[in-house]
Amino acid sequence: MDAFTTHTGVGVPLRRSNVDTDQIIPAHYLKRVSRTGFEDGLFAAWRDNPDFVLNRPEYSNGSVLVAGPDFGTGSSREHAVWALMNYGFRAVIAPRFGDIFRGNSGKAGLVAAQVDDKVVSRLWDFLEDNPGGVVTVDLESRTVKAGEGADAIEDSFDIDDYTRWRLLEGLDDIGITLGHADDITAYEQGRPSFKPATL
Amino acid sequence: MGRTLAEKVWDEHVVRTAPGEPDLLYIDLHLIHEVTSPQAFEGLRLSDRTVRRPDLTLATEDHNVPTVDWDKPIADPVSRTQVETLRRNAEEFGIRLHALGDKDQGIVHIIGPQLGLTQPGMTIVCGDSHTSTHGAFGALAFGIGTSEVEHVLATQTLTQKRPRTMAVTVNGSLPDGVTAKDLVLTLITHTGTGGGQGYIVEYRGPAIEELSMEGRMTICNMSIEWGAKAGMIAPDQTTFDYLADKPEAPKGADWDAAVEHWRGLVTDDDATYDKEIVLDASTMTPFVTWGTNPGQGVPLGEAVPDPASFDEPSDRVAAEKALEYMALTAGTPMREVKVDTVFVGSCTNGRIEDLRLAAEVIKGRTVDPDTRLLVVPGSAKVRLQAEDEGLDVVFKEAGAEWRGAGCSMCLGMNPDQLAPGERSASTSNRNFEGRQGKGGRTHLVSVPVAAATAVRGTLSSPADLPALD
Ligand code: SF4
Repeated sequence: MDAFTTHTGVGVPLRRSNVDTDQIIPAHYLKRVSRTGFEDGLFAAWRDNPDFVLNRPEYSNGSVLVAGPDFGTGSSREHAVWALMNYGFRAVIAPRFGDIFRGNSGKAGLVAAQVDDKVVSRLWDFLEDNPGGVVTVDLESRTVKAGEGADAIEDSFDIDDYTRWRLLEGLDDIGITLGHADDITAYEQGRPSFKPATL
Repeated sequence: MGRTLAEKVWDEHVVRTAPGEPDLLYIDLHLIHEVTSPQAFEGLRLSDRTVRRPDLTLATEDHNVPTVDWDKPIADPVSRTQVETLRRNAEEFGIRLHALGDKDQGIVHIIGPQLGLTQPGMTIVCGDSHTSTHGAFGALAFGIGTSEVEHVLATQTLTQKRPRTMAVTVNGSLPDGVTAKDLVLTLITHTGTGGGQGYIVEYRGPAIEELSMEGRMTICNMSIEWGAKAGMIAPDQTTFDYLADKPEAPKGADWDAAVEHWRGLVTDDDATYDKEIVLDASTMTPFVTWGTNPGQGVPLGEAVPDPASFDEPSDRVAAEKALEYMALTAGTPMREVKVDTVFVGSCTNGRIEDLRLAAEVIKGRTVDPDTRLLVVPGSAKVRLQAEDEGLDVVFKEAGAEWRGAGCSMCLGMNPDQLAPGERSASTSNRNFEGRQGKGGRTHLVSVPVAAATAVRGTLSSPADLPALD
């Protein structure tokens, strides 16, 4: 996984709440056996609409998605994270995320930055008034920034310490756990014999 | 101080704990399927890692398999590749697989309990959000993403932050004709889709204790629909009786030791939850959704709500968008909503008791000529049992389609999909836009409501059907 410290890129205002992972990528697109090539399925049902925000040229290089509450609820499909990353997103800003989606983001290297409702509203207004405007997501200081001067937006975001640390270091979770292999072996020796096995 | 059920199970599985870090939890059972596992196995190969405990891993084919001609090669080449990839991975890493055609194949959350592999006090994970189903046995069970699937394959553990706990106490008894599905749909509308976020929820109280294991599974299944990390129900005699004759349940002295341990898996009297909700089952009625998330529901006897009636501005906007997508007008009685397709199946309501309930309503009646009824058993075993009991004949004589086992129209990954604009009454768990096919419109319902709707062609309960001679 690539390390993430700070990122500045075109912000995309997605004025919707409850964007579940079926919306992010419909099941029909989940048949691939690789981690790449899912960008075509991203928001597939909405992409037919020429007015959909991703179809507007000003936002075409978007890399920071700004969405309403309960983004990424529903299905556990990590394909939703891959689709966003394959498309070019590095961070998603929202007031509340589906649990599994947030976990998946942290594992795959996408920053899920949880902010206050009001911050999202201000970012939406800013990005709609200034199409192509950029947003900065700084993981080190846990802040999101956009705009300049008196109207500049700057606020902190929530992300749990452990996920932040792993993202900053670009660390592979499995590698860390395998460092504790002795603890796992010790635990296994104490498991009761009535626990089932599949083989 | 006493501990809750969730805390007891959690504590029993902590491999390592350190300040500022999530706990490292041991996983007793890892279930895998064709859609969320290929990239995990590929990851193992790329890092030259292996599966630590193939003997605690079980694979099946469910999401992407056809429910017709399932004895022939899969027609869609991309789907076929995905299924074949699972078969190759299972073979290479020595994992037991119940493939299409096997009598134990089926939806992953149906086969675990049916085999007796799902037991109280276990930690169970799967790359699927409805893993919460297994919590009905007093197991701590939750869905994970593909990176975590790889982590469990490689280490048989997961790093997890300890969630908060919540109790949902359901007093009273469900009235006749009102099911576990109506209970959980009522709960989700009450709490909203984010109401359970960050919590392991324990369902308790007389109405929960009265449910069969299958009803309990329906409740725990939909925990994720209100955002909960997991749902659990304390094991009791109903649980032990269900497990006693299952093939993989402990035997002899192991059974006795297991039951003794399981009896301790109840929340202590002096334990506290971070949050509590209390509901009364006796006031519940058949419940249906009108919108595009599972928290947008009303009793079947009511009408499509007016978006202006919602207090929160975001709920109002969401309701307007949902009504537009669903092509519904505020004020229309739910009973007048005409349905094109009825789907009975899924890990929420695709078990044998569900099919019996549906057959009971359908028997001696016929499916409305403008409506299609699709009955999809949750597993091959459920299908065989239903055929043994003659339920398939009841369905076919009424004009329904009787299919092979799988997820089918629950997620519309295989050819079982709604056409754009088509409307369904579905016993599954998600009414998201396009979930059952692009442009499809889904109403979530209980099994009796699904069956009655198939007969009348509009959303109905069995009480709306004319009596049989
Ligand atoms: S039946 Fe539906 S909800 Fe259940 S595992 Fe299959 S796709 Fe998921």
